[in-house]
Amino acid sequence: MPFRMLPLFLLAAIGLALAAEVDYPLDAPGPDGRRPGGTLTQSMPAPAIANDENRDIKRERNYPDQPPTIPHAIRGYQIDMNGNKCLACHSRANSAKSQATAISITHYMDRDGQALAAVSPRRYFCNQCHVVQKEVQPLVGNSFETIDKILQDDANAARKP
Amino acid sequence: MKTLIALLKDYWGILRRPSVYFSLGFLTLGGFIAGIIFWGGFNTALELTNTEKFCTSCHEMRDNVFVELQETIHYTNRSGVRASCPDCHVPHEWTHKIARKMQASKEVWGKLFGTIDTREKFVAHRRELAEHEWARLKANDSRECRNCHNFQFMDFTRQSKRAAAMHSTSLASGEATCIDCHKGIAHKLPDMTGVKGW
Repeated sequence: MPFRMLPLFLLAAIGLALAAEVDYPLDAPGPDGRRPGGTLTQSMPAPAIANDENRDIKRERNYPDQPPTIPHAIRGYQIDMNGNKCLACHSRANSAKSQATAISITHYMDRDGQALAAVSPRRYFCNQCHVVQKEVQPLVGNSFETIDKILQDDANAARKP
Repeated sequence: MKTLIALLKDYWGILRRPSVYFSLGFLTLGGFIAGIIFWGGFNTALELTNTEKFCTSCHEMRDNVFVELQETIHYTNRSGVRASCPDCHVPHEWTHKIARKMQASKEVWGKLFGTIDTREKFVAHRRELAEHEWARLKANDSRECRNCHNFQFMDFTRQSKRAAAMHSTSLASGEATCIDCHKGIAHKLPDMTGVKGW
């Protein structure tokens, strides 16, 4: 009888040995950034929801084709089949009165570049590309350099020697 | 018909002739007390129909417009001050309130005959309903907004640049009123084709 059970005991012993021999921590510390501190299995308290930036100051674009970010709060702005609150100020017809930036002419073109009378349906939902920004610091560092900075550095480097 | 006329004549007689059994004191005091009860009862009933609980007791209001209100700043916000249905939709002063309440008999008719008793019917009527409210607020210079938002006490330095620019020009000069720009502030908008400024 004991001999018959032997393989089973052996298997259990090997299993235990394997489990004990894990040389990496199962509960590793979480990467800093999105959630500083704590380990992977730990749930941390959620950070407070930040306010939308509402300073009305145009931000620099990081690259020429970047859709500009929205420099004001847009809480409750309705954009659906019934109406588009953004266009009440930003449409080409209304921008003169409101002094808001008029949406670019590309928004009045279909995908073949044909001009349309009204905002193209594929450009109608502003929030697909344009978003508000929160009053927070970036979560992780960024070493991106704009093309202007690179050109300027090159010019400076050429002038020095 | 003859009996009815005879009955009316009888009652007219009672009203016309001086009282035989009741003293003048009893009649004046009784009339005074009855007046208090009737007037008080009338006002209490009126106030009862002037609550959010009353408005949302009908599914037309509860399932359509009230749901939309709940996500706006007039329902939930940082300071917890909020507007209920009658704050915006019923004038606060008595004369205007009674006028609006008489108009509202049309809404009772609508309720009885189910003018907007399904979501589809409500959506179909939405533009018309919205236009009534826009017209009312335009005509009374957004009186119900101004019950809380008093222009005299607006601090432009505490407003965002755009808000201050608009409020200190168009609103200050009386050229525009609140509703001209702030349509759909508490409810979803209907189809806005052809609405000025949209």
